[in-house]
Amino acid sequence: MNKVMKEIFSASTLNTVLAVVASFVFGGVLIAFANENVQVAAGYLFARPADFFMAIWNSVFGAYDALFRGAVFNYKLDGIVAMVKPITETLAYATPITLSGLGLAVAFRSGLFNIGAPGQIMFGAMFAGWIGINLDLPFYIHFPIAVIAGVIGGALFGALVGFLRATTGANEVIVTIMFNYIAALLLGWLLKTPVLQAPGAVNPISAAVSDSAKYPLLFGEQFRVHTGFVMMLLAVVAVWWFLNRSSIGFQFRALGHNPNAAKTAGINIGLTFVLVMAVSGALSGLAGTTQILGTEKFLTTGVAASYGFDAITVALLGRNNPWGVLVAGILFGGLRAGAVTMQASQGVPIDIVLVVQSMIVLFIAAPPLVRAMFRLKAQKGGAQ
Amino acid sequence: MKISHTALRGLALAAAASIALAGCAAAPAEPTATPVDYKACMVSDSGGFNDASFNQEAYAGLQEAKASLGVQTAEVESPNTATQTDYTSAVDSMVAEGCDLIINVGFALAAATRDAAKANPTVNFALIDSALSNDDFSPLTLDNVKPIQYDTAEAAFLAGYLAAATSKTGKVATYGGMLFPSVTIFMDGFKQGVEHYNTAKGKNVKVLGADGTDSSKWAATGDFNDQAKGKTLTEQFFAQGADIVLPVAGPVGIGTGQATLGKKGTLVIGVDSDWFGLATHAEYKANILTSIEKKMAKAVLEIIQSGVDGAFTGGDANQYVGTLANGGVKISAAHDVAYPAGIQAELDALQEEIIAGTIVVSSIYKK
Repeated sequence: MNKVMKEIFSASTLNTVLAVVASFVFGGVLIAFANENVQVAAGYLFARPADFFMAIWNSVFGAYDALFRGAVFNYKLDGIVAMVKPITETLAYATPITLSGLGLAVAFRSGLFNIGAPGQIMFGAMFAGWIGINLDLPFYIHFPIAVIAGVIGGALFGALVGFLRATTGANEVIVTIMFNYIAALLLGWLLKTPVLQAPGAVNPISAAVSDSAKYPLLFGEQFRVHTGFVMMLLAVVAVWWFLNRSSIGFQFRALGHNPNAAKTAGINIGLTFVLVMAVSGALSGLAGTTQILGTEKFLTTGVAASYGFDAITVALLGRNNPWGVLVAGILFGGLRAGAVTMQASQGVPIDIVLVVQSMIVLFIAAPPLVRAMFRLKAQKGGAQ
Repeated sequence: MKISHTALRGLALAAAASIALAGCAAAPAEPTATPVDYKACMVSDSGGFNDASFNQEAYAGLQEAKASLGVQTAEVESPNTATQTDYTSAVDSMVAEGCDLIINVGFALAAATRDAAKANPTVNFALIDSALSNDDFSPLTLDNVKPIQYDTAEAAFLAGYLAAATSKTGKVATYGGMLFPSVTIFMDGFKQGVEHYNTAKGKNVKVLGADGTDSSKWAATGDFNDQAKGKTLTEQFFAQGADIVLPVAGPVGIGTGQATLGKKGTLVIGVDSDWFGLATHAEYKANILTSIEKKMAKAVLEIIQSGVDGAFTGGDANQYVGTLANGGVKISAAHDVAYPAGIQAELDALQEEIIAGTIVVSSIYKK
């Protein structure tokens, strides 16, 4: 398993970019196949072949044009606000995905395969949400406390996994997967009790977070992107510095490269397990705060969306490098934002985006496949 | 590498051959019909348009409007991990696509509908299964939003009466996906129907899964996706002696249908549309006692028609409530399961009494 992971993470940047390109090409093929006009035109291919190729071009170009309009810049609308709104939506979606992806990158670099981001996001959201809903304080106290509570919530839930690994040797993959269920069911239950459920609500939903605990919006009411995005950029720099320049970060990486050597060199392996998972969980917890205090404003059972799992792909795609994670996170944010427009305007099923994301994982996990497709030479030392 | 190239070539040949075979039809004439300049759009909740239940029924109305009224349509299917952010951006993108009427399916879209309707007073909205409310849950009415709701309790009452009469063990059961008001209204009406049967016939048929008057404590699987949970819960009900189960959980109910295949003499009651006719439920259609139908397709079509005619009316005062009287809710006709003698006549009589108001099925629509 370790060898496989090393191979996955050692894929060159070129390989990664080509994997993304190949996924979009395959997505285009699927879009064309699923398109009704293409299917109809294929029926009389020989009677009027131009129709068939026009239909393919229209369906694929139309879909990716809509993806662009939904994720970057909508040139078909009037007014600058409506035109630039898509890119701000992309950044709003990218914020939690990237933060959680950073957390996973820290764990992966340290040799711990943390699958628990969904649960850690939920814990962050629960802690931050409870403070944000129930306390009545001025902004400059309320907001920081709520964010810190979320970070602590995620960190504790993560550290517990590290503690179990360190003391009992429990496999972190299995433990984190089970912890996701615990977090989801706990959240569902708390939303049915007065602890989190809004007074007077019949549905499992919390009261709204007070204005004094919300992330201030970056560009005013019309756009959803908030200061959590800036926080995310700071986190990218902080994680980069932490992993590459700090001595604890060095210990993390040493653990990831070779636990035995790290132990021999005098690093406290057990303590490092706990710290790695705490840092990883803290970043996912922060992602949870950007959800509840940023865009969602209510706690529901769906507060973590699929971001915890998207984050695994994002960390993989970013090759566990904070800057790479940032780029991958924005790409995934764009896919999520653009998918809706793709469906609204072209009728392309929203699942196509899921297919593209999944193809990215497949191509990154199988570098020889990408090399074969693009006739690249194998890297030195890379497994063939 | 060699092998894969050969394989690719083979695939390409096969594809070309299939296109060649399929491609011999004559080209169609250029289309001439002029479509109506009205765009009706729909956003699903996390169940998706193929949920064989709630969203699918509403979507059928949109498709019908496209075919019979000639309106343009667009639709967005929300992912099953949808958050408020996803719902808001789905509705916003519909506004950006220039929709005249946006029909949002499900309570989960209430907040997104409200915000979009406030920001775009010239666009009309319909919200299925929920009214609008402010962030503090106080009611709200907007002139460009028409709530579409269903007094499902009336039809569920009939299903409860039928179930009580049909049960051989004297125990029936019900559960929800999540206990939203639009879910518990089924369970509540079902329970009232069973109680009515008990009073009328001097029997004591029990309803499992809906104990007490506090509907927040009734049985639920916790989501609208996981069929395995529906199956497990149903098997537990069977173990406790129930022989008829009403699942109010969209696709989760498929689990109940499958569970009836595992125990002889057990039956399921469908919800939202007539399950007997749907391919999704074909495997166990011999075990479908009846279905409690919400004729959403009809309401959707009517509202799109009113929009095309320029006669759309919004606000709570003009909300649509489907009842037995206006045909918005009903129970399906008898299919494979034979009803006990005389019950069909009793059901018809009960339906007349409910429509006439001599029997009142209590629900949030009439207290």
